[in-house]
Amino acid sequence: MLADEIFSLLAQVPDPEIPVISLTELGIVREVREGATPEVVITPTYSGCPASLVIQQSIRAALDEAGLGHVGIRTELSPAWTTDWISAPGREKLLAYGIAPPETAEGRLKRLDEAPAICPQCRSPNTREISRFGSTPCKALWRCLDCAEPFDRFKCL
Amino acid sequence: MENLLRLGDDALILGHRLSEWCGHAPTLEVDLALANIGLDLLGQAQFFLGLAGDADALAYRRDAFEFKNCLLVEQPNGDFARTIARQFFFSAWQEILFRHLAAGDDKNIAAIAAKAGKEVTYHARFAAEWLVRLGDGTEESRRRMTDGMDWCWRFVDELFADDNASLRPEWDARVDAVLAEAGLPRPAKVRGITGGRDGKHTEHLGHILADMQFLQRAYPDAVW
Repeated sequence: MLADEIFSLLAQVPDPEIPVISLTELGIVREVREGATPEVVITPTYSGCPASLVIQQSIRAALDEAGLGHVGIRTELSPAWTTDWISAPGREKLLAYGIAPPETAEGRLKRLDEAPAICPQCRSPNTREISRFGSTPCKALWRCLDCAEPFDRFKCL
Repeated sequence: MENLLRLGDDALILGHRLSEWCGHAPTLEVDLALANIGLDLLGQAQFFLGLAGDADALAYRRDAFEFKNCLLVEQPNGDFARTIARQFFFSAWQEILFRHLAAGDDKNIAAIAAKAGKEVTYHARFAAEWLVRLGDGTEESRRRMTDGMDWCWRFVDELFADDNASLRPEWDARVDAVLAEAGLPRPAKVRGITGGRDGKHTEHLGHILADMQFLQRAYPDAVW
């Protein structure tokens, strides 16, 4: 199946900003449409994410290398991407890389606001937000009050 | 088409205004926040103008009278408090507007509104928090926040012109709640200034375009 082949191919393509996680783990590869002109359907994380173009280029390069140059790439906005689509292995990899993964929708529903992040260094929940806007559109800046390390947190969207 | 230009131009012009803060904001965290909000708006502009036609050509090749953004977004940054007033008034409006558009008939616009609406929630919260902090801060910060709101207030009516009149009660309620928390009175009633939606702009838009369009005007079709 072409779709399976392409999904396993894109599972090897890293996100340009957070290279420890792949495009499929990030949840931005929506589907592969088979047919006369097959297409990979992707969706952006943030509207203005500067990595969007690089991501398309990485996908194109991976397809070309696999001899799938005829496969198109289409961007679709709806339904809007949510951090809930980041896979469980993807979340583990974010944490190991030093980025606190986003809460899932289930955890969020119980509160008006996000719970304190778990520090990726010492795993303490005694943390505080420094800035809701961080080094990339998808991250906020937090600090651990126990080990004093600052860290990025993937924002819930 | 007209509606897409309004939505796209609002985002493009305010995104450009916010980019002027880059490297100049009061703290590093605020610098990051304003740049990030500007980036989100630039993404919105790309989506809306991309639906209207060639987004780059629309951004770089139109003259001021062809822009359909509201007058609020082209106003100079002023001090940080004025920027916050402009941002709160605009983002609170956009949040409500996008919720309506996301449920609307036009599927393309609905998709952008649903996507961008989630980001706008962050923008409105950021601006509301600073409005409260400045309004409920020192005598100086309170004075500046009041001045900033007074400057922007005359451009608010335009947001609710035409089809958008029904959004006003919800916006008023949101603004009143944040002002109450900040301990600030509502700005005095003024005669609203409009015209942006018809291409009649304040002098500031021309200056923005001179800066923003220079390269494409001087070297047409130049690419990176």
